[in-house]
Amino acid sequence: MIKIKNLIHEYIRRDEEENVVDIKKAVDNVNIDVKPGEFVALLGHNGSGKSTLAKHINAILYPTEGTVWVNGMNTSAEENLWQIRQSAGMVFQNPDNQIIGSVVEEDVGFGPENMGIPTEEIWQRVEESLKAVGMWQYRKKSPNKLSGGQKQRVAIAGVVAMHPKCIILDEATAMLDPSGRKEVLRAVRALNQVEKVTIIHITHYMEEVIYADKVFVMDKGSVVMEGAPREIFSRVEELQKLRLDVPQVTQLAYELKKSGLPIKSGILTVEELVEELCKCR
Amino acid sequence: MSIIVDKLNYVYGDEAHQVQALQDISITIPDGQFLGIIGHTGSGKSTFIQHLNGLIKASSGSIFYNGQDIYDKDYDIRQLRSKVGLVFQYPEHQLFEAEVFQDVCFGPKNLGLDRKQAELKAFTALRQTGVPEDLFYVSPFELSGGQKRRVAIAGVLAMEPEVLILDEPTAGLDPKGRDELLNQLEKLHKERNMTIILVSHSMEDVANYADRILVMDKGRILLDQTPKEVFSHRKELEEMGLGVPQVTCLMQELKSKGFPVAADVTTVQEAKTELLKYFQVKGR
Repeated sequence: MIKIKNLIHEYIRRDEEENVVDIKKAVDNVNIDVKPGEFVALLGHNGSGKSTLAKHINAILYPTEGTVWVNGMNTSAEENLWQIRQSAGMVFQNPDNQIIGSVVEEDVGFGPENMGIPTEEIWQRVEESLKAVGMWQYRKKSPNKLSGGQKQRVAIAGVVAMHPKCIILDEATAMLDPSGRKEVLRAVRALNQVEKVTIIHITHYMEEVIYADKVFVMDKGSVVMEGAPREIFSRVEELQKLRLDVPQVTQLAYELKKSGLPIKSGILTVEELVEELCKCR
Repeated sequence: MSIIVDKLNYVYGDEAHQVQALQDISITIPDGQFLGIIGHTGSGKSTFIQHLNGLIKASSGSIFYNGQDIYDKDYDIRQLRSKVGLVFQYPEHQLFEAEVFQDVCFGPKNLGLDRKQAELKAFTALRQTGVPEDLFYVSPFELSGGQKRRVAIAGVLAMEPEVLILDEPTAGLDPKGRDELLNQLEKLHKERNMTIILVSHSMEDVANYADRILVMDKGRILLDQTPKEVFSHRKELEEMGLGVPQVTCLMQELKSKGFPVAADVTTVQEAKTELLKYFQVKGR
């Protein structure tokens, strides 16, 4: 679905006379392969290059060196631009910056309308998408009246209506309260499991990562860890060195194990730890 | 000295569509408290804290700051705003000067201090929020998200407030950045006895740092207790769209499975101590 090969992205700063003052490598030789239908999580501290990398996947940025293919299309080729943006939709952090319609259903219809889809099909897609994220009963509402989690789900529906093969969530849960985060995660997982949409989820909430098929951890523009959540979260100290952490139960299980309790490593959920502790009794 | 809020109501909208954003809020916040406020989006948290430094005026009710009614005709509301510092959500969007240091000087200068005094306060504030000196003279736009956030908070601290209110200061920060910021706040709280009011969507954060938690729902205060007490109301909190820290959830599950452990644990450290105690006693 997505193939990234030897990707380098440099931000170049110039002074008033266009002389190069500073070159910063935000993405440094990244190789990633995401298969269709995978749920991938991307972790990394602020400034580690996650968002820059994500922006390459729907051709908001172009490689300085290396190549990015989305659904077989090279993002550097200008003629692919619209197709790529259609295949890979992006949802950003702030729900208030990405809703444009004054009524929920119009907002969701904007994308397909812009693509030149016939009116009848637009309405069909709006219905499907709003149902997929559980927002159908709010279709006639003004987005202003919705909660943060609801707004983000409308934003996701707007992307879904364009029938993308892949959705990239760039810290889309950062501003939400606990129930808003759950709502968004539930909607995204449903799209992944039922519609087989490929998901790339960028987040600082470690609890949200446990559902992923694969986790990539970035530092200084490079991928420094890669694996299933259980493998990644059993490397507690390494993650902490990278300014990250692990879910509370993972941390607790890790410390109990260090103190001598026979608990397996890489505990991800409350249920798992309860089960392990019952065995210790 | 304290903040006393008495029967506060706030209603907005026109006559046809009135919304009661705050309803009958009465609370006393003594000096030097670390107060956490939780509630889902739209529960009235942000509206409430904006009353505390006079940015929003109540429809009815009163607020007393250090014994003085802030709605008195002769009350100096500008003075109040320097004493009760408010850090908004995403404060880094409000950085505007060309250099970090100048941006932090803006607040104290605006209070009428001369340049030297303002600069001294800016310097101290930047130190307190852990901004390294080599960043003092760069443009705020060249900083990372976490660094910008610190600079913005320093801008409020430079006015030397007695009370510091922060609206979701850790949203969008990486876990280490979050811990560093919260530890700085705790230090200000302990060393300068500053009152800290922390509005947060992270149950873990308020559990780790606050002495007292207010739970807001539909413009009212539903719970006003210690973290241990508040997080024993798991079902009610979940119904409100909130939750409890993951370790609290774990300990409650263990208790229900017959483990003789305390279920009111709210931090990882406490849970570890409690579980090791149980297994050691059992091991003997």
